[in-house]
Amino acid sequence: MLADWTYIGIFILVALFVPAIAITFAAILSPRVPGTLKQSAYECGMESVGKSWIQYKSQYYIFALVFLVFDVEIVFLYPFAIAYNQLTLFAVLEVILFLLILVAGLVYIWRKGELEWA
Amino acid sequence: MTINDLNTILPLVVLAGWSVVVLLADLWIPKDRKGWTAALSAVGLVVVLGLTLARGGTVQKAFFGTVLVDGFALYLDIIFLVGGLAGIALAYDYLKRMELERGEYYPLLLIAISGMMLMTYANDLIIVFLALELLSLPLYIMAGFARFNLQSEEAALKYFLLGSFASGLVLYGVALLFGASGHTDLPGLVNTMRAGTGNQALFLFGAALLLVGFSFKTGIVPFHMWMPDVYQGAPSPATAFMSVGAKAAGFAALMRVFVTVFPSLSDDLTPILWALAAITMVVGNVLAISQKNIKRLLAYSSIAQSGYLLMAFVPYANAEVSSDSIAAMLFYLLAYTLTTFGAWAVIIQMEQQERRGLEVADYAGLGKRHPWLGLAMTIFMLSFTGVPLTLGFWGKFYLFSTAVEGGFVGLALIGLLTSVVSAFYYLRVVVVMYMQPGDPPVKQNRWVNLTALLAAAVVVGLAFIPGSVLDLALQAVLQLQ
Repeated sequence: MLADWTYIGIFILVALFVPAIAITFAAILSPRVPGTLKQSAYECGMESVGKSWIQYKSQYYIFALVFLVFDVEIVFLYPFAIAYNQLTLFAVLEVILFLLILVAGLVYIWRKGELEWA
Repeated sequence: MTINDLNTILPLVVLAGWSVVVLLADLWIPKDRKGWTAALSAVGLVVVLGLTLARGGTVQKAFFGTVLVDGFALYLDIIFLVGGLAGIALAYDYLKRMELERGEYYPLLLIAISGMMLMTYANDLIIVFLALELLSLPLYIMAGFARFNLQSEEAALKYFLLGSFASGLVLYGVALLFGASGHTDLPGLVNTMRAGTGNQALFLFGAALLLVGFSFKTGIVPFHMWMPDVYQGAPSPATAFMSVGAKAAGFAALMRVFVTVFPSLSDDLTPILWALAAITMVVGNVLAISQKNIKRLLAYSSIAQSGYLLMAFVPYANAEVSSDSIAAMLFYLLAYTLTTFGAWAVIIQMEQQERRGLEVADYAGLGKRHPWLGLAMTIFMLSFTGVPLTLGFWGKFYLFSTAVEGGFVGLALIGLLTSVVSAFYYLRVVVVMYMQPGDPPVKQNRWVNLTALLAAAVVVGLAFIPGSVLDLALQAVLQLQ
């Protein structure tokens, strides 16, 4: 039991050590040519326009709700797809029922006009 | 899961399925024909009521014992389904008149009732929690149904925040009980308790958290703060429905869990229950005295009624008395349901646009101008007070006598005294109706009228045969293992 933890301890030490070595070597070996672009903080994506402290329309919650329909569907469909071979007919019917309930949600949203982009 | 399992909970499956069907059907029902949605929902409720009655009270388990159907479930389901029908009858005209008419109201009502029914079936703490959420979420929306009205929005938000807080407490209690015993199913918990294995401190803490969570839902002092505001702000039919449904379901959960699982904790829990019942009766009745708004008055009255109902739990560990006291509670719950729906039916007819007609003073002259409505309201007020010849009298009589039987004379005395206090504010409504001149505008609707008069007739009618109603309640309890 304790021996297992020793391995984990060694692993943590090695894990801390490896990047430290890499960074040290890079610092010693690399040439130093600083530039404004290089020294700016690294961010991916587009530069943001305007301030981030703005108010969002609370009506966007509807998109979150619509998203939920598909989200829940995917979460359950993956395990279902994997276990499909071993399932009984009853279980398959159950999943179909589950999908139908979600589709009912989609039909409801659709009919209410929430899928229109306006 | 097998077909048998589904067959056991067939009424619930039909009701939940029907609520989705009604929700979808409503999309194609034109705006000025929402009566169809109401009618469809009512038909569904009647069919489910038929299925429930046809199945009867035989004990059946399903889904690996997590769901238990018995006479207790039957008794409460009938209350919920009839309450749902009354809820639809009260809502239809009101929603139209107040320009709140949206078809979603009725499917939400059906979903809430499915949650309540599931609560009565629960034989596992996870199911208790699931049912609690299933019944609470639609009620939050219904409280905010008048969404252009600030009071209604406030009511919905308050109810949602405190309600989800209470759900969190219940869930934490469930987690602690699971930690103490390794079980979430009630029989498993009972066995662990009997064997004395498991961590007693965790058990006690878990039980206390469950008690607090359900006290929030049923409005027991000191967890009642949300009730007056929510009851006042929510649209009246929604208030009527939640004051019966949510409360009865909360007490159903307390009955299922407390009476079966925690008798051995009674040394610690009985004084707490005693104190909660006593404070609730006193605070509810005393605060109601100064209320001028009838919706707030009934909210405080509803808190007080929770105190009376909780009284039945105090002797829960005493096996000889507990079945009697729980039966008395089921009886009182029936009286409370009928009286509440009746009283709200009168209030709904009195309510005018922009929340006018809701002060007690507005009831001046109702008794002379509309003798039938006045008489019905008088009966409901007398039944709330517990005056003889009404169902409320027998309810209180059974509750107090079982409390005395259980050796809690002091509590019965507090109940008696607070009932005298309550007579002041209930009878004031009657006095205003008959003794003060006035001509209140009443928006009559036949369904609301029918609800009021039928409720009044049943409240008086059943008062002549209280014994047979109590027998039904006793049968329901005997199967509560």
